[in-house]
Amino acid sequence: METEEEKFDALIDADDRIEPTDWMPENYRKTLIRQIAQHAHSEIIGMQPEGNWLTRAPSLRRKAILTAKVQDEAGHGLYLYGAAETLGTDRSELLDLLHAGRQKYSSIFNYPTLTWADIGAIGWLVDGAAIMNQVPLCRCSFGPYARAMVRICKEESFHQRQGFQIMLTLANGTDAQREMAQDALNRWWWPTVMMFGPADADSPHSEQNMRWGIKRISNDDLRQKFIDATVPQAELLGLTIPDPDLHWDEERETYDIGEIDWDEFWTVVGGNGPCNDDRMATKVGAYNEGEWVREAASAYAIKQAARAKEVAA
Amino acid sequence: MSADWPAWEVFVRARRGVNHVHAGTVHAPDAGLAIENARDLYTRRSEGVSLWVVRSSDVVSSDPDERHSMFDPAADKSYRQPTDYELPPEVAHM
Ligand SMILES: [Fe+2]
Ligand SMILES: [Fe+2]
Repeated sequence: METEEEKFDALIDADDRIEPTDWMPENYRKTLIRQIAQHAHSEIIGMQPEGNWLTRAPSLRRKAILTAKVQDEAGHGLYLYGAAETLGTDRSELLDLLHAGRQKYSSIFNYPTLTWADIGAIGWLVDGAAIMNQVPLCRCSFGPYARAMVRICKEESFHQRQGFQIMLTLANGTDAQREMAQDALNRWWWPTVMMFGPADADSPHSEQNMRWGIKRISNDDLRQKFIDATVPQAELLGLTIPDPDLHWDEERETYDIGEIDWDEFWTVVGGNGPCNDDRMATKVGAYNEGEWVREAASAYAIKQAARAKEVAA
Repeated sequence: MSADWPAWEVFVRARRGVNHVHAGTVHAPDAGLAIENARDLYTRRSEGVSLWVVRSSDVVSSDPDERHSMFDPAADKSYRQPTDYELPPEVAHM
């Protein structure tokens, strides 16, 4: 008879999907919970830098667009918490871990949004990089995660396009607007390039995750794809990517970039980026301030249920 | 640990004439709020014209360990498939 582990391996080898009720190695489960939770937290914390501009969007249309985008990000978080819950954890547990600083979220959201152009740069670059990361996850071996990613990817395209359009408008505007767009690109470029995580040589878990079909494309390959797609877009905007070493490599037929400042990356991951404390304080504060709403809704539900029983009796 | 509201399975009917299809879950204290949360989460872009919510704990599922005795017997009954019957080419559509 095949052991459970052999059955699991056979499904993985056949590039089939694993579903929540299947047997799975404890490490596969743990890795997925950690990754999906971190992904969910990123969506939720990711609302803050953009939320910062909701009341100051330059027109009613831009305000409606940004509200819709931020609402989408909340939804992405909820899809992902739902996917994590199929692995036997629950949302409140994951939120407790986030609030206690024991689970992380993407470092990109620890950078501030100083001007309106940052909203354009986030949509264009940050959501663009997120799409690069997320499209291969639609083929993740764990069914609920893959299905959540399909739903998310469908909504992401609008995010990137609205961001690029903001950049386009600014780039074709006054000198001051063009400078604002360039300044946003200057500040967001490198953090976005770092979003793909450490270089392949420094990602110890990558190989196992590839084997398990949790990861499909390596950090460096995804980063390269992002750069190759984005450089021509910056040219189209007439903006300059802040990297003097950036050039087309004839031989590799791809763009080469300058040295990535990994010290900065690890500083931000380690909790010492420009906004880490602020993001966490806002998140925990919002959760605590929402306590009375949750209590009221629960009390109302109990009352309604009792009333329904009375009527029935 | 903070307590959370119960989970509900959400089913969406995309348009008239098709079944409700499972979309995902929401948390809510009661059915009314589950419907409202499901609306906000799963139908922001005209994805549906009707919603069902069912408490996740009320869903009864087949036992994954009995998958083989449940579903394998169907595997060797190819005579239940129309493709199992080879007919002369003159019988064009049947
Ligand atoms: Fe998202
Ligand atoms: Fe997004």
